Amino acid sequence: MNRLHRLFEQKQERVLSIYFTAGFPQLVDTLPVMQALESAGADIIEIGMPYSDPIADGPTIQDSNMVALDNGMNMKKLFEQLQEMRQSISIPVVLMGYLNPIIQYGIEAFCKKCQEIGVDGLIVPDLPMQQYLDEYKGLFENYGLSNTFLISPQTSENRIREIDEHSNGFIYMVSSHSITGAKSEISEEQIAYFKRVEAMNLRNARLIGFGISDKKTFITASTYSNGAIIGSAFIKVLKDSKDLSKDIHTYIQSIIS
Amino acid sequence: MIRVDEKGFYGKFGGAYIPEMLHPNIEELRDNYEQIVAIPEFQEEFNALLQDFVGRPTPLYLASRLSEKYGAKIYLKREDLCHTGAHKVNNTIGQIILAKKLGKKRIIAETGAGQHGVATATVCALMGMECTIYMGALDIQRQRPNVERMRILGAKVVPATSGSQTLKDATNEAMRQWINNPVDTHYIIGSVVGPHPYPEMVARFQSVISKEIKAQLLEKEGTENPDIVIACVGGGSNAAGAFYHYYNVPQVRLVAVEAAGLGISSGKSAATTALGTPGILHGSKTLLMQTEDGQVVEPHSISAGLDYPGIGPVHAHLFDIGRGEFVAVEDEDAMKAGVELSRTEGIIPAIETAHAIHALNMIEFRPDDIIVINLSGRGDKDLDTYIKWGGY
Ligand SMILES: Cc1ncc(COP(=O)(O)O)c(C=O)c1O
Repeated sequence: MNRLHRLFEQKQERVLSIYFTAGFPQLVDTLPVMQALESAGADIIEIGMPYSDPIADGPTIQDSNMVALDNGMNMKKLFEQLQEMRQSISIPVVLMGYLNPIIQYGIEAFCKKCQEIGVDGLIVPDLPMQQYLDEYKGLFENYGLSNTFLISPQTSENRIREIDEHSNGFIYMVSSHSITGAKSEISEEQIAYFKRVEAMNLRNARLIGFGISDKKTFITASTYSNGAIIGSAFIKVLKDSKDLSKDIHTYIQSIIS
Repeated sequence: MIRVDEKGFYGKFGGAYIPEMLHPNIEELRDNYEQIVAIPEFQEEFNALLQDFVGRPTPLYLASRLSEKYGAKIYLKREDLCHTGAHKVNNTIGQIILAKKLGKKRIIAETGAGQHGVATATVCALMGMECTIYMGALDIQRQRPNVERMRILGAKVVPATSGSQTLKDATNEAMRQWINNPVDTHYIIGSVVGPHPYPEMVARFQSVISKEIKAQLLEKEGTENPDIVIACVGGGSNAAGAFYHYYNVPQVRLVAVEAAGLGISSGKSAATTALGTPGILHGSKTLLMQTEDGQVVEPHSISAGLDYPGIGPVHAHLFDIGRGEFVAVEDEDAMKAGVELSRTEGIIPAIETAHAIHALNMIEFRPDDIIVINLSGRGDKDLDTYIKWGGY
């Protein structure tokens, strides 16, 4: 049982998960951003591990990845920055990123390090289910890491069931046919898809992400799920901010209060 | 045996490392392409277009003066005579028929130098399909004539402005746009790269090259098998096509020629097997040029078609098991080889192809060896580069 499981035991509604890119806007901002998120009232922190070729991401997150890499962020640095994070962070922390940098770090060393510093789960968009089952599941479980799969409006019911069976933590519902990027509206078609998945009574919690940007989209998404994930819109807040802690507080409060 | 397995691997390399959003598309392709390609109607349409539209079979030409110069019997497989000027069109013809059979309405593709973009725009015009080509913003500046060719053919050319703004970024962008348009759109990948089943599918469409070589050699030499086949490797589609029917004929040596750029250790190179390590790029596990942290490194080659940080998984496998001989040719040597071929045989090759010509200086062979060089493309598109280089 990790912090994610405990969270979803206590809270099934309007869970707010915030994504940001490690080492953005400045290299040293990773931990301060996390601390501000926790004190402002976010429920889950997703830390993006920057990558040169993020194929599931739109321009905002592509840019934050490039800036973070230019700032000198890499896996070793990230782990150094997070080494003591559990002294100030008590909410669940999930690492999100592409498979290649993880493989180059060494998959077992990576999982071990995650456990050591108190990471609760992983989201690896380009790690498909079959490969996960064949090569990674044992390792992730050994080190107490929840794996989160994505589903999209195109994912078949059978496959959603399979993903549900192999998930432990939450399922990441991609809100539309889309790469990441903030949007201001949720369409009828998207709502029909949210309802369809809701009616499947999955055993895992569902968080909806991609295109969630403000209170309105957060509430709409949460109506049909356990909560939602905000990424690009939050990255924009960080990018324009002169006072991170204040602006993060204002933004998070604008969504949950 | 060199063969792709059920999970899409050639030995340690291949697979389909894709975001879940692309799973339905890849599954649809994987589950349908072999059947569709096997039906006689598909084969008939494919072969008829290759013959009447592309101009196949392309000649296997005995290059006498080049042969005399190097002391071997050197044949050139004239893919440069394909319509649109390179082998790329063999693949786009196959994929466009497939896309139609899958009921797709729109085509997207990536391009580096613009050859694959032009070949894609061409078949889209041929079939009346909507076509969008993603091209690095930098390449758009470098390859103006091909950009305009695509536009004349009715394609929309969209700049990829992320990262280094070259081929790898154009590929990223095409994948992103496929995620955004999963239902009505087919993505025509231009080389033997990407998630399974693309590498094998593209290789099969290109395998017409070695199929013809076998028949033509049999006629000219009384044997289907040359001693050596040489081809340049960007992603590796012309090489895969030229090697395909020889993969499992061990006495035929397969020579793959990569771009060394300014030199393998110059920091400006695209010699993937020399500089790369196993990793994941564009949906497959393969050899790629990357930092210790697993960030993809920008390659360099004077030829935009070889300017790619990875190679197709089948080539990574050929390298891994020692079935292929890999050499890397520097920019300057390739340019000189281009002029050499122009003056000995009256053929101005694409600069990609010129790398393969120079490889004659790098490998050992005997005077009675039969060597086939895959002449993947013609040099028209590269005139600017030849002129800027100026060493002729
Ligand atoms: C003439 C020519 N040869 C070779 C290549 C490299 O591609 P591949 O390795 O897939 O054959 C290109 C790519 O644009 C090309 O135009």
